[in-house]
Amino acid sequence: MNRIKTTFDALSSNDSKALITYIVAGDPDLETTLNIMNCMVEEGADIIEIGIPFSDPMAEGVSIQKGHERSLLNNTSINDALNLVSKFRKSNKTTPIVFMGYMNTFESMGVKEFCKAAASQGLDGLLIVDMPPEESTEFSTEAKNNGIDVIRLIAPTTNISRVKEICDVSSGYIYYISVKGITGSNDLDSEDVKQKVKLLGGETDLPIAIGFGIKDSDSALSVKDLADGIVAGSVFVDLIGEGGDTITKIAKKTKELSAAIK
Amino acid sequence: MSEKTLPDNKGRFGVYGGRYVAETLVPALDALYEQYKIIKKDKKFLSEFHKDLKDYVGRPSPLYFAKRWTEILGGAQVYLKREDLNHTGAHKINNTVGQILLAKHMGKKRIIAETGAGQHGVASATVAARHGLDCVVYMGEEDIKRQSLNVFRMKLLGAEVVGVNSGTRTLKDAMNEAMRDWVTNVDDTYYIIGSVAGPHPYPEIVRDFNAVVGEEVIEQSINQIGKNPDVLVACVGGGSNALGLFYPFINSKEVKLIGVEAGGLGLSTGKHAAPLNDGKEGVLHGMRTYLMQDDAGQILETHSVSAGLDYPGVGPEHAWLKDTGRAEYVVADDDEALEAFKEVTKVEGIMPALETAHALSFVRKLAPTMENKQSIVVNISGRGDKDINTVASIEGIEL
Ligand SMILES: Cc1ncc(COP(=O)(O)O)c(C=O)c1O
Repeated sequence: MNRIKTTFDALSSNDSKALITYIVAGDPDLETTLNIMNCMVEEGADIIEIGIPFSDPMAEGVSIQKGHERSLLNNTSINDALNLVSKFRKSNKTTPIVFMGYMNTFESMGVKEFCKAAASQGLDGLLIVDMPPEESTEFSTEAKNNGIDVIRLIAPTTNISRVKEICDVSSGYIYYISVKGITGSNDLDSEDVKQKVKLLGGETDLPIAIGFGIKDSDSALSVKDLADGIVAGSVFVDLIGEGGDTITKIAKKTKELSAAIK
Repeated sequence: MSEKTLPDNKGRFGVYGGRYVAETLVPALDALYEQYKIIKKDKKFLSEFHKDLKDYVGRPSPLYFAKRWTEILGGAQVYLKREDLNHTGAHKINNTVGQILLAKHMGKKRIIAETGAGQHGVASATVAARHGLDCVVYMGEEDIKRQSLNVFRMKLLGAEVVGVNSGTRTLKDAMNEAMRDWVTNVDDTYYIIGSVAGPHPYPEIVRDFNAVVGEEVIEQSINQIGKNPDVLVACVGGGSNALGLFYPFINSKEVKLIGVEAGGLGLSTGKHAAPLNDGKEGVLHGMRTYLMQDDAGQILETHSVSAGLDYPGVGPEHAWLKDTGRAEYVVADDDEALEAFKEVTKVEGIMPALETAHALSFVRKLAPTMENKQSIVVNISGRGDKDINTVASIEGIEL
């Protein structure tokens, strides 16, 4: 069973797009994360990306950096994140979960150990931000052996020959980074994204998700027709950072994004 | 294969090095490496680089025989490679003089840099000023406090100094922030990394531009000592001054190479910056190397009296030199470094940077165990003016 493929297949047969939402495991605590995950699914999220906190999240903007910092105040570990998946799976057997994080935390658990444990707890995909294809031999093998998709980034700066190479070693979906920059960037240029994603579509049969810079129905609308899914992260992590009635606010935001693209 | 042919074309020194970055930067690093491979063989570029090293930096830097100190230590003859006499006061300028030419060659308009002690920031601001390019320097708030003199120097040179408040607010966080800037402004911006660290091809580029130090020592040793020195000693933060000295000697196996890491409050306290002595393999800032990290793979806070050594990682070539046994890595703690700082200042009238003082502290231990006919060359990576405030405040003196 591959939940990522099943999800995209079902959406595309309805001519619908995937809403992919991102939060950091353990931000502000693991119980809240689990509640947020369930709430997001209820309000229309199709895939959930769980950030694995790292002391040095080099590709993140301020919003998500703060999410990582809040989570690390409780020393959230990769094992905690795996437990979270297994708890989530008790009530949800269909929504795919993808871990997004940095090489060092995964490696310190052991690549093989991680992939094995992840598969048995019900994780579906893995996106390691600082792992370009050249550095991913071991991860690719172990993930494949355990039926975990390796999702890869393609950037506005990636040239076409490299796009091919990356697509060849990707599974699950392709994550197209819509702006040159870090997470939470503002200046999404949908014309530019359109051209690049079109090129990209010619090189792969995998679904394409667009992320970075999507925070409301306008920005969601501006890219939804270009791809198979959109990713929103910083906007949720900001809501968590604000505190207050987080669940209600997250429910509302998820609903807004879902309504925009469905 | 001789070690001198490393890194391979993927930037690896054995298992270390490589390029662990988000996809957005891969094409930029490819472009940089392509350009670098061309210019490193380009006669015009090389003659411009060497002319700048001579007329602007003031090279060659002297190899100075520390006569009084040698007598006091009572063993090997101690020679000081005077990188402190370079323009801007440290070895860091060698690299920035080279990289700014590369930046201009690539048509970049804006320079960014990270800095710890501020020496690399000053060296970057200096060459940016000279070439009329914009310059932004990222510096941890903690370091801004303890290196205020260099912050002011950078500002006078026209650079913008951006304080970094995330993480441990030191060099590693400044590097994270510089990377974030680069990802965002990759089209027009050149990132001058200040040590032999970061993703391929930086460790190679920074090493090559600093190798002039060791190349000069080879010649100077023949003239002044009559042969190669027996031991080379240098402090290791990211590792650029050490590798600049070591690299040209790598195939001269009779020359012992010793790097000195910052022992902080002592290795056993965990409050130090000595990943080669007390760290383990991992991935940070685009490279695989030895890191100070906990069991969960989170990078640990480091401690050193010297801002320039206060970094949880180390250049990948050093990790490789350690594993192969070609170089040896030891530690000097804060107190030992301060003692050496004072002794060399008093005995030789040369006030070293606190980073350098770590190397000198090890020489104090090593020289007496060696014979009179043997010799040590230690890299005086920088001068101590920038550290006056730190030393004064340790002594409880307000300036
Ligand atoms: C004088 C001096 N020496 C040494 C260092 C450490 O850097 P590296 O190990 O790259 O030589 C610094 C860094 O700021 C420095 O300013």
